[in-house]
Amino acid sequence: MRVVRLLWVGLVFRVKELTRSGLFIFTSVIEPLIFATLTYYLFNAGSKPETVIYSALGAGMMGIWSSTLFASGGAISWQRWQGTLELLVAAPPAFLLVIFPLTLGSATIGLYSLTATLAWERLFFGLPFDPVHPLLFVVSPPVLIFGLAALGLVIATSFVLYRNANALSNMLEFPVWLVTGVIVPLSLLPGWTSVIGWVLAPTWGFQAVRRAVFGGDVWPSIGMCLALSAVYFVIASVLMGIFERRARERATLSLA
Amino acid sequence: MTSLRIFTVGGLLSYRALFNWQSPTYYIPTMLAHPVFQILFFAYLGRFAGTESDSFFVVGNGIQVCAMAGVYGMALTIGGERWTHTLGSLLATPANRAALFLGRALPNVANGVLVSVFGLAAGRLLLDFHPAPGSVPSIFLLVVICTLSCSAFGMAVGALGLRFRDVFMIANPAYFLMLLLCGVNVPLDRLPDWMVTIGSGLPLTHGIAAAREVAAGASLSSVSTLVWKEIAVGAAWTIVAYVLLRVFEAEGRRRATLETV
Repeated sequence: MRVVRLLWVGLVFRVKELTRSGLFIFTSVIEPLIFATLTYYLFNAGSKPETVIYSALGAGMMGIWSSTLFASGGAISWQRWQGTLELLVAAPPAFLLVIFPLTLGSATIGLYSLTATLAWERLFFGLPFDPVHPLLFVVSPPVLIFGLAALGLVIATSFVLYRNANALSNMLEFPVWLVTGVIVPLSLLPGWTSVIGWVLAPTWGFQAVRRAVFGGDVWPSIGMCLALSAVYFVIASVLMGIFERRARERATLSLA
Repeated sequence: MTSLRIFTVGGLLSYRALFNWQSPTYYIPTMLAHPVFQILFFAYLGRFAGTESDSFFVVGNGIQVCAMAGVYGMALTIGGERWTHTLGSLLATPANRAALFLGRALPNVANGVLVSVFGLAAGRLLLDFHPAPGSVPSIFLLVVICTLSCSAFGMAVGALGLRFRDVFMIANPAYFLMLLLCGVNVPLDRLPDWMVTIGSGLPLTHGIAAAREVAAGASLSSVSTLVWKEIAVGAAWTIVAYVLLRVFEAEGRRRATLETV
């Protein structure tokens, strides 16, 4: 019960904190709309008009990853800059449980990106949005959020030890969009990239949302996304233990 | 002579002190890997949409990534003075303002050219982009011109950092809107007229159009109109940036907000 309370309080705090950050509001509000407009005109100019609606959904989901990546990467850096990282590490609950709601909160706000993008494309470009499985379309985004948050957690662990790890978040936006097939089908990419995509939970989460909208079996994708998320928790737990110990040994926790 | 020293030595020192991504652990992922992934992403997006060739996206994005240095770099360099609390001291000096701020642009221009050249070379190696060897010097010249005009625009963005506390609130939309409005990824004739009008006043739009023609085999002289337009846009943004810097400096003194973080 105390763990549930910790997760809930952390989640609510994180959402409130992020909605007061101008830079984060840009990432989760303005950037997705720019990308939605860009992809609309790009696909509209193309020779495959049937891909326009596919790209519309993809653009919305891209925004969720952007906000997750940006805020998960920043989760630990911001604590460090504010001088609260040492206090959080020293607190009785497992540090992983303190950080997870922070990444979950970032991914949750990303839901706004999806909603805003779909509304934007419906209102301004007249794109229809009629999910084949409406109920599953309600279920699959939270699963995607969970998968993204778990991946964000793994990324966040590196920030405990490496002060420059936010360079990683500067770099990872486009490659993850590519290898998870969020907007470009994996079949168009070199074969080896599919292997990377398969071990990324968001690949399956994106697929679940896509299948809920365009048709297809959603449950296997949801299952894979949840299973991989569980694996990420184990990986993050191990890495966090190692990184936290090394940061304590080297006395680098508070170094910004 | 003093202005020349402020322009060169001051600019270099400022770059070393305030450009936060100099360390290889920052520079490689942010300034080299990110642009390459951007080029790959849009090239594959273009293949899927059936819009244009790889060459279209490599040239467009390969040149646009100079904005990593031109826009973000300038924002960091000028906005960084506020974060490090050196802005007040800097503006208390009697130094020539043009030399002071233009000097800060020069290292970012060099960096932007490097980023773009790296991006174009990566596009040549990884995608279907094979410009004629004879066109390479002309493309390089266009990259330099585009980076100069983009840095002038970045200086205007950085100037807003004298007025607003978080300069990235302006730099981020500026960077991403360039992807949409400058013909980087969408042919200009497929955009609404009002977007084309805005785009024609932004840096890179004319330079990218010229570079695409040169990469396709045209001579530099045949695209001279586009080149001069790009230079004119860059010159106009330099004037805008200078005016904004002076206005915000005066306003910052009047409102005592130069050191507000």
